[in-house]
Amino acid sequence: MNQETKDIISVNNVDLWYGPFQALKNINMNFKENDVTAMIGPSGCGKSTLLKSLNRMNDLVDSCKITGSFTFNGKDLTKGYDITDLRKRIGMVFQKPNLFPMSIYDNVAYGPRAHGIRKKRELDEIVETSLKQAAIWNETKDRLHKSALGLSGGQQQRICIARALAVKPQVLLMDEPTSALDPISTQYIEDLIEELKKDLSIIIVTHNMQQAARISDKTAFFLLGELIEFDNTDLIFTNPKDQRTRDYITGRFG
Amino acid sequence: MNEPINQISFKKEFTSQLNHPGSLLLYLLIILSAVFTISILFLIIGYILYKGIPNINLKMFEWNYNKENLSMLPTIINTLILTFLSLLFSVPVGVGSALYLVEYQKRSNKFVRLIQLTTQTLAGIPSIIYGLFGFLLFVVGLSWGYSLLGGALTLSIMVLPVIMNTTEESLKSVPDLYREGSYGLGVGKIRTIFHVVLPAALPGIVNGIILATGRVVGETAALIYTSGTVARVPSSIMGSGRSLAVQMYTLLSEGLYMDQAYACGVVLIVMVVLLNFTSSLLTKNESRN
Repeated sequence: MNQETKDIISVNNVDLWYGPFQALKNINMNFKENDVTAMIGPSGCGKSTLLKSLNRMNDLVDSCKITGSFTFNGKDLTKGYDITDLRKRIGMVFQKPNLFPMSIYDNVAYGPRAHGIRKKRELDEIVETSLKQAAIWNETKDRLHKSALGLSGGQQQRICIARALAVKPQVLLMDEPTSALDPISTQYIEDLIEELKKDLSIIIVTHNMQQAARISDKTAFFLLGELIEFDNTDLIFTNPKDQRTRDYITGRFG
Repeated sequence: MNEPINQISFKKEFTSQLNHPGSLLLYLLIILSAVFTISILFLIIGYILYKGIPNINLKMFEWNYNKENLSMLPTIINTLILTFLSLLFSVPVGVGSALYLVEYQKRSNKFVRLIQLTTQTLAGIPSIIYGLFGFLLFVVGLSWGYSLLGGALTLSIMVLPVIMNTTEESLKSVPDLYREGSYGLGVGKIRTIFHVVLPAALPGIVNGIILATGRVVGETAALIYTSGTVARVPSSIMGSGRSLAVQMYTLLSEGLYMDQAYACGVVLIVMVVLLNFTSSLLTKNESRN
């Protein structure tokens, strides 16, 4: 019965620096299982930085230093998981579609193959389910073995989602996944998020406040590296407690 | 029929420039330099073909080289052996060290900068210096005498910086988005490099190998003192043998066999063109997948 309120990821007293610049200041928050959590805030507020810390993509940045701790499934996120295992469980979709220069099939099968699945029948099945989950199967089933780079940006982004789903993550991180897309493709992806949250937890960074209001259950508002307010989305957008949140969502700055 | 409005003819382009003397002058200069470059290339190739083709006959492709028949076949085979051996060494080492510099080291690292400076300097050193080095190391130092292996190793040291530099450049041009995409799926570094980064960089790497091959096939100075000038195919790679370019050089310097030298030139050009053609064909097929 308590299923709905189970925490999947907790952020505890996290500070993050890029060199001398402090990008995150004492962040504490809990992401709930099967929720869509939106992170909003003006550029440079730290929302993408926090997102990237959740699957340790910040490890690739030399000057990045993090203190505090993250918990994932009740275990310490940095010490309790092997980094490849962690990134398998916490998948990521990037701002720009970043499909590899290979066929659609090979793109989606890339993750499962790397994690040791060799049998063709098994791979076929994963590719089909993932593409269906990402609502792009009908458009691609006849051209699975053609280059993925011939598709439109919106289609590519949905294949990126399929590629992330193919390794069966528990959490999907999305870093402004629709900012490079047209409104119709954006609509497709938003519908998709609605569908996907039945099976996994989604954390999405967005610049588009209407989008956050449309698709998310919870919304977190960040400003200058601080978490200002984090609550149910309807509350944030109808009755924010903090003046700065109110100013931001009514478009007074940002 | 309506005239297309987007396709501008040369005449229109030219007349539209007439009102601006400055840009017209630059326009003409640019065309002139293009024409000049292309015509020099055609002049050289045309002249060699014109002088060489009539002198090519089947006898030149006989197995034995002697005073009566200056056969090219042994030197062609030697050239192929030299090319194969030197690439065998320089490609793995060159690509490997470029991978280390780009994928495993931070780009601002001082050590990396030093290596880059060194390879760029090495790429500019005259080939006779490499010849001297190879002579001192392989011929004298290791007392191999003149040998194809010594020549090939000298050449591989010579083309190593070429392969390293071009590979480095093409690895750097692979977008980081690809790497992030792969890491984001929980895929390790080695697999990311071999399945995503290297395939994407392949056309550039092959380009470097073509450049290197061109230098190996055309090299004389570095070979005369390392693999020697014996005009037959040695029984092993430890024996001395001259390459086609060295053959051409010796024929020219003796001054008596100009016709044969031109024939060698033709074969050399054909070889280089063929090598380039096949390798570009190979990469096209690869990158299409």
